[in-house]
Amino acid sequence: MTYIRDVGALARKDLLLELRARDTLPAMLLFVAAVFVVFHFAVPGTPSRLETTGLLWVAILFTALLGLGRAFVPEREQRTFDGLVLAPCDRSAIWLAKSIATLAFLVAAEVVALPLYALFFHPIGGATVLAVLLADLGICGVGTFLGAMAVVTRARDLLLPLLFLPLAMPIVVGAVGASVVASPGRYLLLLALYDLLFAVVCWASFEYVVAE
Amino acid sequence: MSSPSSTAAATIPAVGRIHLPALAVSSLVLVTTALAFVFFVAPNDQSLGFAQRIFYFHVSIAFTAYACFICGAWQALRHLWKRDPRADLASYVCVHQGLIFGTLVLITGSIWAKIAWGRWWIWSEDELVLFLVLYLFYGAYFMLRFSVDPGPQRANLSAVYALFGVVLIPVSFAAIRLAKAYFHPEVFTLHGPNFGGWILVTYCIAQVAMLVLAYTLYRLELGSKRLDVRLRRLREVLA
Repeated sequence: MTYIRDVGALARKDLLLELRARDTLPAMLLFVAAVFVVFHFAVPGTPSRLETTGLLWVAILFTALLGLGRAFVPEREQRTFDGLVLAPCDRSAIWLAKSIATLAFLVAAEVVALPLYALFFHPIGGATVLAVLLADLGICGVGTFLGAMAVVTRARDLLLPLLFLPLAMPIVVGAVGASVVASPGRYLLLLALYDLLFAVVCWASFEYVVAE
Repeated sequence: MSSPSSTAAATIPAVGRIHLPALAVSSLVLVTTALAFVFFVAPNDQSLGFAQRIFYFHVSIAFTAYACFICGAWQALRHLWKRDPRADLASYVCVHQGLIFGTLVLITGSIWAKIAWGRWWIWSEDELVLFLVLYLFYGAYFMLRFSVDPGPQRANLSAVYALFGVVLIPVSFAAIRLAKAYFHPEVFTLHGPNFGGWILVTYCIAQVAMLVLAYTLYRLELGSKRLDVRLRRLREVLA
């Protein structure tokens, strides 16, 4: 019970911070819109639904990366990381709360991005929306974990995409598969399995990332 | 002064039980035998001809690379779980060897793709694509490791990332198999070698040769890395 309260308090802190500073979400929204425009001019002719589905997923992944790169920046700039680690709560609560906050940003960005995609390119089906939700869980869980790793290194922002993209490959397969095939069952299953597996690994090993 | 240096020496025991020169000689003999078998004993493949013989090395190197990555994850687990002070370096050396063998997998796989399908790269070959993903993943491992100062934090981060690798291998493999359904509806049928007789014997020799070679290289690198650590500690004591 206290665990849930800790997670809630930590996530509320991040959401409040974003509400006051408005650093991340406007950047993600502008970025995803700009990416769609670039895609339009990068792909000659009228791209098919298959092609634009790929574009959608690249846009979502890179927008998520933008948000994930910012996730631990307040902690670094304000030097609050030590305080968080010293707080009398389970360390995995820090990961879970941060994941929930990034998930909120990503979903908020997609609430705008998906209708925009439908307006610019092709309409979106129910399976795609479900795939987006399942993929978001994996992206935010794994991405937040890797963001916490990257922020303590010298390379920082440079490192996160390198760490994240190879790990995100199964998400892309599951998400694109679920969006384009007639029976998306096994692709959604792959996404759910990915979320579950990596959530367990991240939850169990986050302590080692923040502990000296 | 003698006591700190002797503790420095005491924390770095010998790497393994088997004598390194003996290992080196046996890997030399095994690799030579494997080469002889591959070129002179194994029968010619009916559809791909002489060039198919690269299969013996391609598959055995791929298996060895997996073994290295899994071994690296195992050592990473030992570091996190048992706090074994030697496990971090061992894990790093395993992953390093895995990446070297992974490079060879991509090169031999590319040659095989050229022979079998006439192109240097083919996305429908699951194992090749998986190795490309793993190659990028473990390449990032090195970026991560070398952008953190040596110490317990570097060891922890490397260990956690190496553990992610063993979760990624089966998940990626499943994903690549699934991705084929929307990329390549047609199934490539390569007449797989009829596993038996001299083919099996040759493959087994090549496999053992590669594993022993990898273990020799691992021991060699780990030994020199530990010597480095020891030298640095002795210098610190003298300074």
